Amino acid sequence: MPQKDRMDNYSIEVRNLTKKFGNFTAVDNISFSVNRGETFAFLGPNGAGKTTTIKMLTTLLHPTTGTMLVNGYDPIANQDAVRRSFGIVFQDPSLDDELTAYENMEFHGVLYRVPDKILGKRIEELLNFVELWDRKNDVVKHFSGGMKRRLEIARGLLHTPEVLFMDEPTIGLDPQTRNSIWKYLKDLNGTTGITVFFTTHYMDEAERVADRVAIIDQGKIVAEGSPEGLKTKTSTKSLEEAFLSLTGKKIREEEAGSIDQMRMNRKMWSR
Amino acid sequence: MIRTIYILWLRQLKRYVRSRSRIIGSLGQPLLFLVALGYGFGPIFQKAGQGNYLEFLAPGVIAMSILFTAIFSGMEIIWDKQFGFLKETLVAPVSRLNIMIGRTLGGATVATLQGIIVFFISIAAGFRPTNIAFLPVAFFVMVLTALLFTAMGTAIASLLEDMQGFQMIMNFLVMPIFFLSGALFPLAGLPDSIVTIASLNPLTFGVDGLRGALIGQMHFGFITDFAVLSGITALLLVVGSYLFSKIEI
Repeated sequence: MPQKDRMDNYSIEVRNLTKKFGNFTAVDNISFSVNRGETFAFLGPNGAGKTTTIKMLTTLLHPTTGTMLVNGYDPIANQDAVRRSFGIVFQDPSLDDELTAYENMEFHGVLYRVPDKILGKRIEELLNFVELWDRKNDVVKHFSGGMKRRLEIARGLLHTPEVLFMDEPTIGLDPQTRNSIWKYLKDLNGTTGITVFFTTHYMDEAERVADRVAIIDQGKIVAEGSPEGLKTKTSTKSLEEAFLSLTGKKIREEEAGSIDQMRMNRKMWSR
Repeated sequence: MIRTIYILWLRQLKRYVRSRSRIIGSLGQPLLFLVALGYGFGPIFQKAGQGNYLEFLAPGVIAMSILFTAIFSGMEIIWDKQFGFLKETLVAPVSRLNIMIGRTLGGATVATLQGIIVFFISIAAGFRPTNIAFLPVAFFVMVLTALLFTAMGTAIASLLEDMQGFQMIMNFLVMPIFFLSGALFPLAGLPDSIVTIASLNPLTFGVDGLRGALIGQMHFGFITDFAVLSGITALLLVVGSYLFSKIEI
């Protein structure tokens, strides 16, 4: 493992982070930190800058200005060390549909240089953990949305990361699957102390599972604290009400890029 | 590093072997060309004193199937981009160059396999290579052609956002490359403009090398063919790697 850029108690530390696309400021001078072992919810309306922030933390985008540390490594200067230290579940499915569940895991294990000796055992452990071991030799395209998500979580954990990023992990899933996914993650957080950083539009979910919450709107962080703290601060009864009182009730318009079009097409095809 | 390249290569191969409809579909076209054109134009070709058209056509059709398969394999990156799998490889702690190398080798292997299958189909259709000893040379030309066009597909795919541009690439790049390569007709005696266009087309040299190795007829000669093919392949690999390294998602 390379030298850490800084040692401290934070799992993620962000200082004055800004990302501009041309004239548009997607993320506007935000600062926040996530403690080790914490379950942290990053909330905000559509187009608020959540995904852009995750992309910067996970080395997919370069920030315009500002500094970040993920597990003590700088995602810009120390790309590979950061990449080895986190797992990620993207907003859109990112499995190879033509490969089996096992092959998807194996592919990931090789890319992350998980030693051969332990790879097979780890895959078995994790597929058992998300209850997909008996489907290991099935091609992923026959899986339901919930099964794919569970497989992605198992895959994201394969190289024993210190942080798991999840961008809307439960979107489009039924309550049963959502519950089981959070149960896995809570178990995992309890046994390994992994930090979980996630975004969601389901406020009840965030209220139930998150230790701390940050709310981002139009690229700026408007509130940060425990769900209880935010409710007290806004004198509301639920996190959803607190969220609405902090970000307003106006519906956000977001232009559809080609990816969104694709998502719609895919939904049409899969019927 | 070798394992990274190997697993990416293996993935391309598995995808190919599993998409049976794709394999069968992509063999229909060469078969149609061999039967319809090979037998259809055969008598005229013969009367013009050029010999057996099927013999002449088969190397061209083999090159065609390599061209199509290789470009599509390279362009699969667009698919991966849209279906999210590319992200999985891009956040992994491996260099983009290795990802690009693994994919390109995988795509080129698939395209070469496709070329070999079409070679056997053409044998079934009545094609007979004149000199068996030159088969390894033919194989080498196939590999080079496959590498070249996979790298081209990768480079193009790195620039495109989605499959919308695909039709345009087909009509304005892939089809002209095929039809203006001498795959279907001899270059000797054509108007200068067509010969000039053909000599700017990398597939022309693949077809020429293949025809030389399989039936002993050539327009440029092996040395020119190999030099041009390897030069352009190297260039496209560099350009492709650069463009691939610039992908942002």
